Amino acid sequence: MEKRKPKLKIFKNPIRRWGWLFLGPMAAAFIIGFVWPFIQGIYLSMCQFKTISNAKFIGFSNYVKAITDPSFLHSFWYTALFAIVSLVLINVLAFTVAYFLTQGIKGSNLFRTVFFMPNLIGGIVLGYIWSMIFDGILTHFGTSILMDSTFGFWGLIILMCWQQVGYMMIIYIAGLQAVPEDILEAAKIDGATKTQTLFRVIIPNVMPSITICTFLSLTNGFKLFDQNLALTGGQPFIIQPDGSSIKTTEMLALNIFNTFYGSNSASSGQAQAKAVLFFILVASIGLIQLGITRKREVQQ
Amino acid sequence: MILPLAHISGALRINILEKVINVKKEIFKRVAAVSMATLMAGAVFAGCGNNASSSSTDSKTDSSAASSDTKSTGTGKVYWLNFKPEIDETLQELAKTYTEKTGVDVKVTTAASGTYSQTLTSEMDKSNPPTLFVIGNQQGVKDWGDYALDLKDTAIAKELSTDAYNLTDENGKLVSIGYCYECYGIIANPELVEKAGYKMDDIKNFEGLKKVAEGIHSKADELGFDAFSSSDMDDSSSWRFTGHMANLEYFYEEKAAGKTWTECPATITGEFMPNFKNLYDLCINNSLTDPKDLATGGHDAENEFKTQKAAFFVNGSWEYAAVSEAVPKATMIPYYCGVDGEEKAGLNCGTENCWAVNSKVSEDDQKATIDFMVWLVSDADASKKMVDQLGIMPYKNAPKSSNGFLNDADTYTNNGCYVMDWATNYQPNVDEYRAALVSALNAYNADQSDANWDAVKSAFVDGWATQYKAANAQ
Repeated sequence: MEKRKPKLKIFKNPIRRWGWLFLGPMAAAFIIGFVWPFIQGIYLSMCQFKTISNAKFIGFSNYVKAITDPSFLHSFWYTALFAIVSLVLINVLAFTVAYFLTQGIKGSNLFRTVFFMPNLIGGIVLGYIWSMIFDGILTHFGTSILMDSTFGFWGLIILMCWQQVGYMMIIYIAGLQAVPEDILEAAKIDGATKTQTLFRVIIPNVMPSITICTFLSLTNGFKLFDQNLALTGGQPFIIQPDGSSIKTTEMLALNIFNTFYGSNSASSGQAQAKAVLFFILVASIGLIQLGITRKREVQQ
Repeated sequence: MILPLAHISGALRINILEKVINVKKEIFKRVAAVSMATLMAGAVFAGCGNNASSSSTDSKTDSSAASSDTKSTGTGKVYWLNFKPEIDETLQELAKTYTEKTGVDVKVTTAASGTYSQTLTSEMDKSNPPTLFVIGNQQGVKDWGDYALDLKDTAIAKELSTDAYNLTDENGKLVSIGYCYECYGIIANPELVEKAGYKMDDIKNFEGLKKVAEGIHSKADELGFDAFSSSDMDDSSSWRFTGHMANLEYFYEEKAAGKTWTECPATITGEFMPNFKNLYDLCINNSLTDPKDLATGGHDAENEFKTQKAAFFVNGSWEYAAVSEAVPKATMIPYYCGVDGEEKAGLNCGTENCWAVNSKVSEDDQKATIDFMVWLVSDADASKKMVDQLGIMPYKNAPKSSNGFLNDADTYTNNGCYVMDWATNYQPNVDEYRAALVSALNAYNADQSDANWDAVKSAFVDGWATQYKAANAQ
């Protein structure tokens, strides 16, 4: 090997010697901005603290409190339901739109642009705008999005679909355009109907796009925060007979935020523990989903 | 995007990446060309979103500029983490003046509205933490008491004209001292009341208020104005009810028990909920706005009052400047709610503006801070500017107030009426507690049934106990 490429040594050695210099800034930024805070976050989840420089180690009791907190459990199930419904709706809609926009309809470029645009607006702004839209309609029926958790749930689904469909659509369009013409032609010659072509040829070939899109929409659904905060902020609450309240439309991320800032100093650690659990949850769901969808991808 | 792509098998990966990039490029071009206007609107939105944070950074830069051009004198320095955005400008100016006069570094940073506890949490962690900050209620004493110097017998404590607005912890440590106070109640427009054929003197108790309010409401079309301005339940307005009006219940509980709270009680009885209901019902049912529309918000109660569309407006003394120009005769009346002997009620006076000095900074800094505080309340020019902004300062050498509502509060007190103190400041886990109350009141506003009122009662009374437990859990 060495003999076959003697010239490369001139380049190789300096790269070996100075590689760290090039890796350094990125690695340092990654460690400062991600690895270290992450480790500290895990440490703090086992502490009681108000300011992080004044933390007292207390072991795993924060985790026990987090798991037994009914509001955390409620927001977990609510978030899971939301993530699944939004996953299905966003992807079905995005794929449908992408499919039609790759059929050579007139003005499809304009449509792509228009559908993509909601992505350019931030979540908080969207949340407030949509709350006005929904309330504008619901006022006529003497109610508000803050009055009924069903409205809150579907309101958020509509908002997220509106925002995300365009983005996912772009990925699907890319996938659809990558389906080789010869396969489609072969299908046509073999007499496959449009439906058969769609389900037997196109969808298996765009599996990579489906992998990305389901990953993105699933993790987005779980991590959702701004839109949730701005649209309903957890309202309406169910007031329990004991005076505690269940925030019916509070999702996990908002629950963590409210735990951190809403209660006493003993709860910052609990919020931190919830955040670590939240990370594990999102990461493992993401990985499981990737594993499943990747199996269905076909090699060309 | 990068992470999922890394998992895609086969040669498609690069292909897809390219396509995505191409399609995106195309789209961005389109976006730019087709709808510049939308983008600009987006930029405006983004600008709005940034405002809160940029204004606080602005003030940071302003003030550090003010402090950096002075030479260090070797003595301590002052860093005030201010709680009231509306006085920021005055404080920056005063900080500059003080630095010029004495050479002591004074930095004033204002936390963006509604983010004080977050800002304080992060600032306290820095190497130059605030030397002067705000501990405004008993919850704050619990959270930040460890960081507060005992102010007893300090020079600034000696300047106080009353100790009514001081906060102490359970060991008797003087944690924070009020630097201004405010009052709230029902702002009334006497001219409209008279136009409707009543006199302000008719309103001496709930019966009187009810007669006037219902009288006005029943003739609203013909008069061209209504009794109460809107009582929206959105975040910009709900505190007037869940925070302020709720106080009447707590206060009368205190009064019935014969002692003022010095710490948050674990439970409340809800004995005066019917009185809260009296006044609340009067407000929402004799108003410009249909109670069903209150959840959404979007009505401008202040403007309704200023434009003479409503005769009553539930709010506080800080509204004086805004209201008095349009309604020069505006006056403030107590929360009349049908309690025995309420003819002797005064306004709700209190404060959440209490100074605490950081105990974890050097003694030089503590001394410099206290000197600065004394200057603020005793120097003729400085204290005048402060009083102009704050309305009133409970210090011996501070000038008198020019705020009509605070003077009303004074008049009630001088006539022997009892001050309704701010028991509401003890609300445990205040944000959570009030959010639950808002939710329950929303349901009640939409349908004023007994079941819905029971939920309000539950959020009000049982919610107190629940939040107390949560706040005191270890």
